[in-house]
Amino acid sequence: MKSRKVKLMQGNEACVEGAIAAGMRFYGGYPITPSTEIAEISAVKLPAVGGKFIQMEDEIGGIAAAIGGSLAGLKSMTATSGPGFSLKQENLGYAAIAEIPLVVVNVQRGGPSTGLPTAPAQGDVMQAKWGTHGDHPIIALSPSSVRETFDVTVRAFNLAEKYRTPVVILTDEVVGHMREKIEIPDPSEIEIIDRKKPEVDPENYLPYEVKDGELVPPMAAFGDGYRFHVTGLTHDETGFPSNSSEIAEALLNRLMNKINANLDDILDYEEFMCDDAEIVVFSYGSTARSAKSAVKKLREEGIKVGLFRPITIWPFPEEKVYELSKKVKSIIVAEMNLGQLVLEVERVSKGNCKVSHLGKANGEVITPNEIVSRVKEVL
Amino acid sequence: MASKLIKDYFRTDKLPHIWCPGCGHGILMRSVAQAIDNLGLDKDKVCIVSGIGCSSRAPGYMDFNTLHTTHGRALAFATGVKLARPELEVIVVTGDGDCAAIGGNHLIHAARRNINITTVVFNNNIYGMTGGQYSPTTPTNEFGTTAPYGNIDKPFDIPALAGAAGATYTARGTAYHAKQLTKLVEKGIKNKGFSLIEGISICPTYYGRKNKKGSAVDMMNWLKDNAVDIKVAEKLPKEKLEGKFLIGEFKNTTEPEYTEEYMKIIERFQKER
Repeated sequence: MKSRKVKLMQGNEACVEGAIAAGMRFYGGYPITPSTEIAEISAVKLPAVGGKFIQMEDEIGGIAAAIGGSLAGLKSMTATSGPGFSLKQENLGYAAIAEIPLVVVNVQRGGPSTGLPTAPAQGDVMQAKWGTHGDHPIIALSPSSVRETFDVTVRAFNLAEKYRTPVVILTDEVVGHMREKIEIPDPSEIEIIDRKKPEVDPENYLPYEVKDGELVPPMAAFGDGYRFHVTGLTHDETGFPSNSSEIAEALLNRLMNKINANLDDILDYEEFMCDDAEIVVFSYGSTARSAKSAVKKLREEGIKVGLFRPITIWPFPEEKVYELSKKVKSIIVAEMNLGQLVLEVERVSKGNCKVSHLGKANGEVITPNEIVSRVKEVL
Repeated sequence: MASKLIKDYFRTDKLPHIWCPGCGHGILMRSVAQAIDNLGLDKDKVCIVSGIGCSSRAPGYMDFNTLHTTHGRALAFATGVKLARPELEVIVVTGDGDCAAIGGNHLIHAARRNINITTVVFNNNIYGMTGGQYSPTTPTNEFGTTAPYGNIDKPFDIPALAGAAGATYTARGTAYHAKQLTKLVEKGIKNKGFSLIEGISICPTYYGRKNKKGSAVDMMNWLKDNAVDIKVAEKLPKEKLEGKFLIGEFKNTTEPEYTEEYMKIIERFQKER
């Protein structure tokens, strides 16, 4: 018998529900508005499923403990907002190079610096990709609703485990704090992916060795009897540091490739009334809710407009947006920042259509009416 | 020929180590391995975690579950490993800069929690890996490349800092007093709680050269002549301790241990079922 719980909950709670459903058994974090409920609810719920919660002394410690928990074999998460996301950047890079499955939630608020702690923003989109130093792969997902926060969190764990990489969930203050009635799926309806364990015996285990045609090495946990070495230094397949330029190149190529060669699996987006659209609003997160409402209003007036909503922000859905740019006259990028993903849309559109930006970074959401007016200006 | 200890506990294909000639770190690393051997710990159940710096290269040579993390963060990573898998014996190898400067916050909070982690600080009084800058344990008036006119900072007493923050076992040994250091590390590992053992190392290449301390042998002799065991010191008049430093066991108490306390919370839920 399938049992689906129906509950009124906020996005931050749905995030924890999704995480636990996906198998999260370790949370390390530090309180910060507007993400704090994720820590609070994790603290309440984890012991009941035999999981561990720890409030660390700072944001850096929060992600570090979560990486440690993941290496000890538990699915791990940390959550934060702008200032904390800045502090976590170094260890986000560590998780990328050491290939540690990890989910990092950033409930975005107004910045820079302490900025607008209780107001929504989408100003950390570029930081999610480029915030830590050096070239590295990243996956970032952005949900638009409470229910989608649940699904995206499950997916974030699955992608983290499958590709041995940190996955960032870019939500925002609106999605995090808004309450919606959601139906939580029965556990049997949720696909769960666990990291691949080594099949070789400990003597023959090389922690970063990939078999022919594969890109993700199997991962043992500390204490399983494999006694391997993990470092943030550039390393070879044995896990030990190397200064060789060939090894550095091969490592970085593989790290980038494990994402780039699996775009079909990783990319996720919603197209709404795009088929005959002449104008497309490109929007994500809570802003996409206003955009969808605007599209419906405009359609009632007979205006051929659609919504393209990336759920996977990084890697960027380049090909999809390129195809779109060939079909439409104009793309309007609506986002709560002063121009971030619009740069990607411009880049991949290659001048095929007009690209304009509707941005805002004052702590106010972009309203449907603002989008309606902009579409009419573009017409 | 490699000794039995080296064959049993080191990744011999990763040796020789990268430390400079005369460096004391190899002796300290050996003490950690010897302590593990004396206690008969299962290698698969030992996890050695380090940060960044000269000290933090040690785990790469040691045949356990080893984790070389980011600068200053060893204790935060180690806290995650230990809480996730309390059956692991978690040992942190860190340096004076790594644990008392950039990682100072993690040090005092790991101590405050009394989490069952043993921290061995390889203290060489200098940032060696970057070439000789003053550290939080460089004595006042001594020199570093960033203290060209003499260091005006006051140094930390790391075991006192950890003890005040809540560590239940604190001690200090030196690279000269290697056998004693081994015993101190052993007792630290046995302590069910946060243990910190400071091992005073020698850095003839940077700290020694910058401060005219002579050769490695001279520096070892200095350790021999200036370290006073706390038990001996208790009986000595104050003037005899002028310019000396204390070694031995400073604190050995019992307090509730963090991961055990957390398990009690989990067990409460299991009973309710």
